[in-house]
Amino acid sequence: MTAIWIAVIGASMTAFLNKYIGHSVPEQWLDRPRFKRINTLVPIVLLSALVGVQTFAHKKELLIDHRLAGVGVALLALKFKAPFPVVVISAAVTSAAIYNWF
Amino acid sequence: MSINPRSNPVDRTALSVAFTVGLYGAAFGAAGVTAGFSILQTCLLSLLLFSGASQFAVVGIMGAGGAAISAIATATLLGFRNALYGLQMAPILKVNGIRRILSAQITIDESTAVATLQENDSDKRRGFYITGIGVYIFWNIFTYLGALGASAIGDPAVWGLDAAVPAAFCGLVWPRLKNKKQFIISASAIALALLLTPIAPAGVPIITTVLLAVIFGWKK
Repeated sequence: MTAIWIAVIGASMTAFLNKYIGHSVPEQWLDRPRFKRINTLVPIVLLSALVGVQTFAHKKELLIDHRLAGVGVALLALKFKAPFPVVVISAAVTSAAIYNWF
Repeated sequence: MSINPRSNPVDRTALSVAFTVGLYGAAFGAAGVTAGFSILQTCLLSLLLFSGASQFAVVGIMGAGGAAISAIATATLLGFRNALYGLQMAPILKVNGIRRILSAQITIDESTAVATLQENDSDKRRGFYITGIGVYIFWNIFTYLGALGASAIGDPAVWGLDAAVPAAFCGLVWPRLKNKKQFIISASAIALALLLTPIAPAGVPIITTVLLAVIFGWKK
């Protein structure tokens, strides 16, 4: 089995466990202020790290290229409260324009 | 149960959320194929995993050459908030057996958000199920269309798909940044991940940032 298959099946199983546990354990198990504070921050750090790596990394190298322009436009779109599809498409169009014409 | 968006405001909110969110599925489908996943593997993630941020993380990390274990660990940590949503929803839904399994599968950001906006338990249940099932249907259809579209494309950079993926992550993290402290934490996570990129195996720089969540969240 390839690594991708392991990731697909493994992540799907743990995702379901996460969801099912919430419906099944007594409330006080997870209802702790410190746990909740950390848990609010977990998506922020992981998603931010993914933004950084997907924008600047190429394998183990860091570089500035067309992707940064795309992400910059995405951030601008978010700042102006654009809906998600507009954010993604404006980033793609900007990045593609620079990649194809420069 | 009949759904009537014209006369029922709960149905209206639920369906519009379901459709808009479902559209993002196309971005995920394209991201999956761009990262080297087959159409089948991409669609299975939407059918089985069914949690946007975790799905993007799996394809992002595997596409960058990360190990399966990094992808699974990152996706699991991202999905932990769904456990907290389940905790909120369980006393309202009061379901067991197969119904609990199916309700768990559609316990995500959007279904919980629409449910918690409602005033009484019956509207909360209605909002939860219409949003959850609606997102599930649209998300999976658009994942398939996005994957099909991207597989017809040669070099993803020509269509800007390599920038669409980090842009999608921006769109997922942006609404979570509500104060200055959270912006600083976000910036620190980017800095730490980039610092580790040249020296650590792919995927490790991302999961390591959980340490920042623990440090910053430990004290009020």
